[in-house]
Amino acid sequence: MATPKVCGIETEYGILLSGAEVDPITASSLIVSAYKDSSWAFASFDASHESPSRDARGVNLDDYLDPVIDSKMINTVLSNGARYYVDHAHPEYSSPECATIRDAVLFDVAGEFILRESMNKANERLPEGVRIDLYKNNSDGKGNSYGCHENYLIDRQLPFAKLAAFITTHFVTRQVFCGSGKVGHETPTGVVDQSGFQISQRADFFEELVGLETTMKRPIVNTRDEPHCDPQKYRRLHVIVGDANMSQFATYLKLGSTALVLSMIEDGMFPQHLLIAHPVHAIKQVSRDVTMSEQVLMADGSRMTALAIQTELCAAVRAYFETSAYCGLTRDEAHDVLLNWEQTLHDLATEPHALAKKIDWIAKMQLVDGTKKRHSLSDSDSRLKAIDLMYHSLDPKVCLATKLNLLHMFDDETIAAAAQQPPDTTRAFFRGRVVDKWFDHIVNANWDSIVFDVTNRPLQKVYMNEPLKGTRELTESIINSSTSIEELLALLGQQDLPSSTL
Amino acid sequence: MGERVFKQHEQDRQGTTDTEAELQPKEHDPIKTDLDSILDQIDEVLEENAEEFVKSYVQKGGQ
Repeated sequence: MATPKVCGIETEYGILLSGAEVDPITASSLIVSAYKDSSWAFASFDASHESPSRDARGVNLDDYLDPVIDSKMINTVLSNGARYYVDHAHPEYSSPECATIRDAVLFDVAGEFILRESMNKANERLPEGVRIDLYKNNSDGKGNSYGCHENYLIDRQLPFAKLAAFITTHFVTRQVFCGSGKVGHETPTGVVDQSGFQISQRADFFEELVGLETTMKRPIVNTRDEPHCDPQKYRRLHVIVGDANMSQFATYLKLGSTALVLSMIEDGMFPQHLLIAHPVHAIKQVSRDVTMSEQVLMADGSRMTALAIQTELCAAVRAYFETSAYCGLTRDEAHDVLLNWEQTLHDLATEPHALAKKIDWIAKMQLVDGTKKRHSLSDSDSRLKAIDLMYHSLDPKVCLATKLNLLHMFDDETIAAAAQQPPDTTRAFFRGRVVDKWFDHIVNANWDSIVFDVTNRPLQKVYMNEPLKGTRELTESIINSSTSIEELLALLGQQDLPSSTL
Repeated sequence: MGERVFKQHEQDRQGTTDTEAELQPKEHDPIKTDLDSILDQIDEVLEENAEEFVKSYVQKGGQ
């Protein structure tokens, strides 16, 4: 039977500092540390981290910064259970692990809220004429890409080679509904062409089928084996092939469809005639075909469009859903994902323009095409690339996705609450609530453990090897009734370490 | 549980399937008016600084 599809999204945000010369690591540190001023709780995340280095040129920003931007402040766990830090010269938000697709989308959107708050607070402190802007995208159009990674809980028993071979079909073709759209074409070493429009932000950057790298020679299937939970039972599939979505609907469909295909693979029901012959070539071929009419060469020698492949894959998931008691999601959620997936594929085939409020690349393409037509612009006019970038801005005055009023899943209140409170149904609940209540007694926290500093005793480590424990149901009364760390640990049965599982 | 996040028939198809909307003059098409208004806003912002903005948008060290 399929493993519950606990999932989450990590997003590196694009960062642009104007009016001063500062290296991007310092600028990113400014963003993350600005957030600590808020009333929300922080604790240190237990991981190695880069030290910020400052650029001595240009405006000296020291007077405008916190007294110390040190590593503790730039690698944090938030009260909603997320990790917020500086990674590879970008501010990165890793959502808490979620047991439903709906929660995973909500906590991804809560990340946008947190980054926007950080940006506003940082800008309040900066001198006049200096400003930081953030973008939820994946490419600068000059050959540099940064990731939006998904994570899914997988059964350790499933052979990885089989998983990699089968899921590749979905990763190559799902972009027709979860691509974010891009003006121009790139390679990992630079720009090829600043003209033309393609479906995906990321497709240009994939050079291998399977591999460990995430920053060079990027593979369609990433082999990082770091489960952050019981390694005997689970694997965490680390997906680096996706685009960051502005559309909540696209995020929902991206996560939901992928979770269902993964469950179908676990349960041995993947339709094996849907293997693609040359995935590294095909992922770019599909991305560059906005008419969705080109045919991809399949391993069996036949040819199919990406939409036809998706339609068959979706039909296979429908059959799997109809015949299986459990598909890795609740019955209702699996059904909802399926209905929306089926409808979206139908609309893509018949009237793609009707998806302009739901699918990012279609929404963006109508703006690019509209502007181009209105002013008879050449394909390589900078205004078209500027539209591409502005679509992803976190500044609502600039963000074109906001102006388009894309379909929303959540109101502002729900999103603001998710920036502070963890999801109920995973161990993120325990992590977030403990960080909120006892952050000054936490030495550090990780995805699968928390270390407490208890008076007159050695440091106390609490392990959380099961993603679906540590939930509100299991731990809320203990957390609420405890008036001290000692009491909490006693109630958890944790006085005598080393280990136990929440 | 039980909540439908996106009901299948709740899509925004204003002006495309509704017969009444189709009969209206094109300038009242809500989608078109919506889009035109956004294109106007884009024009205002981009007229002068698009090239500089695109040039300055350089990112380092991503995954």
